[in-house]
Amino acid sequence: MNYSWNWGVLFEHTGVGDELYIQWMLTGLGWLLLIGSIAWVIAMVIGTIFGIMRTLPSKPARAIGTAYVTFFRNIPLLVQLFFWFYVAPGWLTPALQDWWYKELSPNTSAMLSASIGLGLFTAARIVEQVRTGIESLPKGQVNAAYALGFSVSQAYKEVLLPQAFRVILPPLSSELTNCFKNASVASLVGVMELISQTKTISEYTQNNIEIYTYATIIYLLFNLSLIAIMGLIERKLRVPGLIAGGQK
Amino acid sequence: MSMMTELTTAYPGLIGGMMTTLKVLFLAIVGGISLGTVLALMRLSGIKALEIPAKLYVNYFRSVPLLLVLLWFYFAVPMIYFWIAGKYLQLDTAFTSCVVAFMVFEAAYFSEVVRAGIQSIGHGQINAAKALGMTYGQTMRLVILPQAFRKMLPLILQQCIILFQDTTLVFAIGLVDFFRAAYVRGELMGLLTPYILGAGAVYFVISLSASIGVQQVQKRLRF
Repeated sequence: MNYSWNWGVLFEHTGVGDELYIQWMLTGLGWLLLIGSIAWVIAMVIGTIFGIMRTLPSKPARAIGTAYVTFFRNIPLLVQLFFWFYVAPGWLTPALQDWWYKELSPNTSAMLSASIGLGLFTAARIVEQVRTGIESLPKGQVNAAYALGFSVSQAYKEVLLPQAFRVILPPLSSELTNCFKNASVASLVGVMELISQTKTISEYTQNNIEIYTYATIIYLLFNLSLIAIMGLIERKLRVPGLIAGGQK
Repeated sequence: MSMMTELTTAYPGLIGGMMTTLKVLFLAIVGGISLGTVLALMRLSGIKALEIPAKLYVNYFRSVPLLLVLLWFYFAVPMIYFWIAGKYLQLDTAFTSCVVAFMVFEAAYFSEVVRAGIQSIGHGQINAAKALGMTYGQTMRLVILPQAFRKMLPLILQQCIILFQDTTLVFAIGLVDFFRAAYVRGELMGLLTPYILGAGAVYFVISLSASIGVQQVQKRLRF
């Protein structure tokens, strides 16, 4: 097994049109960012809604929130993505099915189902963060809001959520990096994201070590920049005296 | 064909897959916790030459996706084996490489749990052990680790449940675990929907029962 090193492999021609391997890599990164971003938006919206439900006085609302978390946390992400890719489209109405299978390009429909799956999966984790954040606030906050005549929705909008989100920013940023790390699983349901492109290029070129090293570096750089950006936001939004800002 | 006949025919394949899942899980837990404990002790040793590599290790593996690590090991393990031993790997490459990958990857996560567990033990304990003339090894083995492990048991079990769900990612390197066995059978018989839903249900029931079990353990351990 004689390995021939070639670190310049990314700048070679793929043999498909005029493309270089690095362009394949970058397209993969693009898909990864797209899936991760759509999933994150879904996760934040749904996660916040169910997270609030878990803290409401109403028992049925709390039960629904708990059921959501239980369901989405106890099934592996891969199985969930397979569900959204292979099973769910079959349950659409015939007209929508026609659109899904014929109008959309295979890569787009795969990307959409992966984003929805990853989004709903990540939402279950956000629910728990939001709930912890709200519960961590002193009970006096919500009582004071009610005493001032705030409605439940006002109390959440004006008093609880702005504080809770600041408290949970650090765990949220680690969920954000998890979301983008988990986006790699989409490669198993046929999305041409970074990992699938890496696999394809390494099969074309046989320069496994170099290609996988580049992919790893891209992930490391991307995660480090995410962490740096979230750190900046945390410092910007910090409220002196509140848990997230009070330490050290 | 009725569902019963189908399941009877598919049964051996599914059980075989489940055995692979459990084997990977077991080896990854044992290897991950052992390596994780070593890493945690390195980080808490107070010796820079040990602390820094352990910290880099943990941060590195926490920044890359598990899937990427699995693929790395899938082609790297046979290559490294060849360079070291001078002959081709005779074992099942997919199985060996994914067990190694899980051990190495999960060790980073376990080490954080163990580190928090050790740090939660009061410093007085270490001083008392020293005052009794215990060596570092004795202090850790007889005093600190038994208490730390007891405290972090719920977290470790929680991590094991996550690991159980993560084992489905062996799909990427073609190892036939429970999920892949179900998927392959479903595709072969044109029953993909029931098989995916069924496999999901199996993972759900196992993970949920395990989580409920962990809650019980947690209640019992509360001092």
